[in-house]
Amino acid sequence: MHELAICQGILSQVGAIAREQGANRVDHIVLSIGPLSGVEPPLLDRAFEVARCGTVAEEATLEIRGSTLVVSCRQCGNENEAEPNRLLCSACGGWQVNVKQGDEMLLLRVELSGL
Amino acid sequence: MCDTCGCSITPANAHLVQADGKLEHTSEGKASVEVLTSLLHENDHQAAHNREHMDRHGVLAINLMSSPGSGKTSLLEATIDALGDDLSIAVIEGDLETENDAMRIRAKGVPAVQITTGQACHLDAHMVHDALHELPLDGVDLLFIENVGNLVCPASFDLGHHVNVTLLSVTEGDDKPAKYPVMFRAADLVLLTKSDFLEMMDDFDTAKAERHVRELANPAPVFTLSVRRPATMSSWLSWLKQMVEMRRQGESLVPSVQPDGTALHFHGHPGG
Repeated sequence: MHELAICQGILSQVGAIAREQGANRVDHIVLSIGPLSGVEPPLLDRAFEVARCGTVAEEATLEIRGSTLVVSCRQCGNENEAEPNRLLCSACGGWQVNVKQGDEMLLLRVELSGL
Repeated sequence: MCDTCGCSITPANAHLVQADGKLEHTSEGKASVEVLTSLLHENDHQAAHNREHMDRHGVLAINLMSSPGSGKTSLLEATIDALGDDLSIAVIEGDLETENDAMRIRAKGVPAVQITTGQACHLDAHMVHDALHELPLDGVDLLFIENVGNLVCPASFDLGHHVNVTLLSVTEGDDKPAKYPVMFRAADLVLLTKSDFLEMMDDFDTAKAERHVRELANPAPVFTLSVRRPATMSSWLSWLKQMVEMRRQGESLVPSVQPDGTALHFHGHPGG
């Protein structure tokens, strides 16, 4: 459970962006967190509420967009949704798949004010 | 290390080496910036510097992960005994408290730096960077980073190493890879340890453990070994020598912690 460390990373990045753009307030932060990222959105929410205090993002709202876990089979080309511990092709049953979507943890967008 | 690694890049000025985010103005005095960077961008940036440092010294860096008590330190002791004459080894130890593990390694005549994290449940690239200040890498072939015992968090943090090795002892349950998908998916090699206990137990199926790893779409080799049975160590030792050789040949190695899902918007450091 390292969501606090992730929050510190987020706050550092949004703080740098705010400074770069000459803004004194971060209003809204949009993240994309997939089911295989190792980050739990509810825990991140709770950690963020604490971590943001005293920063330029202390009143920022956090929007976490989830994604579906999708794998792409290297053997037969099929794409399907999958479970985090069962990354298998639904067509040929093979495990030789790439995760096309679902392991990301991205900062998508930052909304600023007070420029 | 800091003369060349560029660690004067701090969180305050890191944005200067990032490409500008796409900026839109939403209304008077407000702005919206499209970013698309990893939440671990700063850690990854530091990790890239660490890896550059390792590469410049021709060192193969291995991140050793597992639950507490799976036998990471014992594995290192046995590995040093087996390979210490052939390869120059150094170790970075990570624990919440105590220097116990570093002391065990030093008793083998191998340099070891202990990171005590206090409460942090994983190592990150910044901690490893600081440890590297105390560990001259000249002439070192193989650097082991023994992570904090934890099957959850360490898997997410690139330390600037080259390969992830995850241990699972046979007393832990053969379905652990299914229960900890992020960790076992990140493994470039899985070691099933304490195999000398298998003769006393009938409820750990090594084939099942390997199948669970495959179901994570992970082709990593799975070796079964016991540090008390030197004959079982040969696959691990061969694999190590092979990886050191690959590093020497200049093969570019990065660990499986980097997601293959999204095209990550990674900003390279100028000149790095």
